[in-house]
Amino acid sequence: MSGATQSTAVSTGRITRTLIYLVLLLFALFYLLPFFVMVVNSLKPLDEITGGNMMSLPQTWTIQPWLQAWSSAQIGVEPTGLRPYFLNSLLMVVPAVAISTGLGAINGYVLTKWRFRGDNIIFGLLLFSCFIPFQIVLIPMATILGKLGIAGSIPGLVLVHVVYGVGFTTLYYRNYYAAFPTELVRAAMIDGAGFFRIFWRILLPVSGPITVVSVIWQFTNVWNDFLFGASFGGQSQPMTVALNNLVSSSTGVKEYNVHFAGAILAALPTLLVYIVAGRYFVRGLMAGSVKG
Amino acid sequence: MGFLDISNVTKSYGKTEVLHRVDIGVEEGEFLVLVGPSGCGKSTLLNMIAGLEDITGGDISIRGRVMNGVHPSKRNIAMVFQSYALYPNMTVGQNMTFGLEMHGVPKPERDKALTEVAALLQLDKLLDRKPGQLSGGQRQRVAMGRALVREPDVFLFDEPLSNLDAKLRVDMRTEIKKLHAKLKTTIVYVTHDQIEALTLSTRIAVMNDGYVQQLGTPKEVYDTPANIFVATFMGSPAMNIIPAQVAMQDGAPHAVLTNAAGETVQLRFSQENMVDWVGRDILLGLRPEALTDPEGADRKSQNIAALSNPVAVAEPAGSDTFVTMTLGGRDVIARLRADTSVTPGTSFDFAVNMEKAVAFDPETERRIPA
Repeated sequence: MSGATQSTAVSTGRITRTLIYLVLLLFALFYLLPFFVMVVNSLKPLDEITGGNMMSLPQTWTIQPWLQAWSSAQIGVEPTGLRPYFLNSLLMVVPAVAISTGLGAINGYVLTKWRFRGDNIIFGLLLFSCFIPFQIVLIPMATILGKLGIAGSIPGLVLVHVVYGVGFTTLYYRNYYAAFPTELVRAAMIDGAGFFRIFWRILLPVSGPITVVSVIWQFTNVWNDFLFGASFGGQSQPMTVALNNLVSSSTGVKEYNVHFAGAILAALPTLLVYIVAGRYFVRGLMAGSVKG
Repeated sequence: MGFLDISNVTKSYGKTEVLHRVDIGVEEGEFLVLVGPSGCGKSTLLNMIAGLEDITGGDISIRGRVMNGVHPSKRNIAMVFQSYALYPNMTVGQNMTFGLEMHGVPKPERDKALTEVAALLQLDKLLDRKPGQLSGGQRQRVAMGRALVREPDVFLFDEPLSNLDAKLRVDMRTEIKKLHAKLKTTIVYVTHDQIEALTLSTRIAVMNDGYVQQLGTPKEVYDTPANIFVATFMGSPAMNIIPAQVAMQDGAPHAVLTNAAGETVQLRFSQENMVDWVGRDILLGLRPEALTDPEGADRKSQNIAALSNPVAVAEPAGSDTFVTMTLGGRDVIARLRADTSVTPGTSFDFAVNMEKAVAFDPETERRIPA
């Protein structure tokens, strides 16, 4: 009797499990298909794409489109490839992420452990910045960048992204540090540690998970941003703008294989960040809400 | 002038005053316990001594130096927190020497202090562990060690044992007492546990509603509580408070009350001055151990009164048997020897140690001084 129910339970368990895996597999395929098409076609000569099936594997494998996209494709008027723009993006994203994450961490620390009158209002105002649509600030931002003399430069883009990112990073760190016991800060105060010493020695060493979240979030947003790059990039346009110039150029033959290679190149850094730090991402997102 | 002087200290949040004119002088080597229910202001007072909260009015001075506005790290104090507040990213050794490092003590001296304290608290083998790998009792010892290496003027303990399980709490209590006896340090200790207060302290400040209700030695607080709050807060089970009248009988003042059977009982006071209260209502305070079986009564007492009363409930607790009954219309608990045989529902002859009885003014709830 009990043996029968048990085996029924086991077999139903197996059926559900198989079903779940089937559905998961289906979704994985669904999401991987576009990527498959991009990779496959970036490794074909152009005539194979124009003359044949998009889905099929290349008959002659070639990395020519990749080299072309990287170093010699026509971007706007210059045949420079995406390389200089990739560099622009890197020069923009690294300081922008570092500064906004650092500021967010200090803001979170102050807002939770050095409470002052009106701190919640300040936090609320900072949160506002998360909800302001980008388009609204374009013109005032252009004016400010012009007055500061950093319009059309990488420092200008860094400033824009830091300003926009600080709301989010502050939110992350504030919620993370809210769960951090204040008694520890008090103990460190009695031990004689000052404002920055407490931050550096007590809080930062346990901020790994939320830092990963903040870095991934900021990196993806800054790297993938198109609007600010196109509006304020000037001579130092980021990768996204260059990719657009490459893909939507209206003259000459559309080199789809080069476009695919370029698109993958543009997406590669964010992909890499996710693969390397992704598992900390979920862990860090949960850490603020559930203590542990 | 004491070693640690709390004079006229008040604390307000906005317009609400939460501590009212607290005056406590602590001598060097004293173990002062601040005890009271939650919200009584004891932790606030401790935080003010530590410098973690501002002082609204009055002065706090240590070794004659006024500490108002002085940064916590410059008061030469050390604090043990309820949650231990160990730095999770540092090893036990680093945790204990962090304060010395912040105060610029050179490494060899730090290591020397660490070795000494680690040996004292039997932490030698744990120095390289992280707090997360320690048990509750070990964390507690590390927290104390961290306070000890600093060699501060005053140790502040904020409910240090309340996160431990019952057995460990008793062990650590003894350990703290031993440590105090050995090191003769000055300690201010906050707890809501009256047993901790009675066992550890050299003096107790019982607090309620932001007032110090009574400041005295454990014996004073236990035997001659200043008011009904102190009487019922200190001691477990709590002191019985029984409504009674005072009447003269054979030339001595007696407490007159009714037992559960509706009979009048007269108990002679030891305090002569109760004569002044003849004809008036009082509240009679009797500790459960002053209400016992005749064989268990205090042999040294000069004034044992007999009292016959029906028993409602008997609870054998191993070392004692607790009896609940009605006296003067209130539930009253008596503490009998463990092997006394009592049958609920029947009458039992109790012995009342009237030497230990106290009387309270029902209007002010203060004890009527003997």
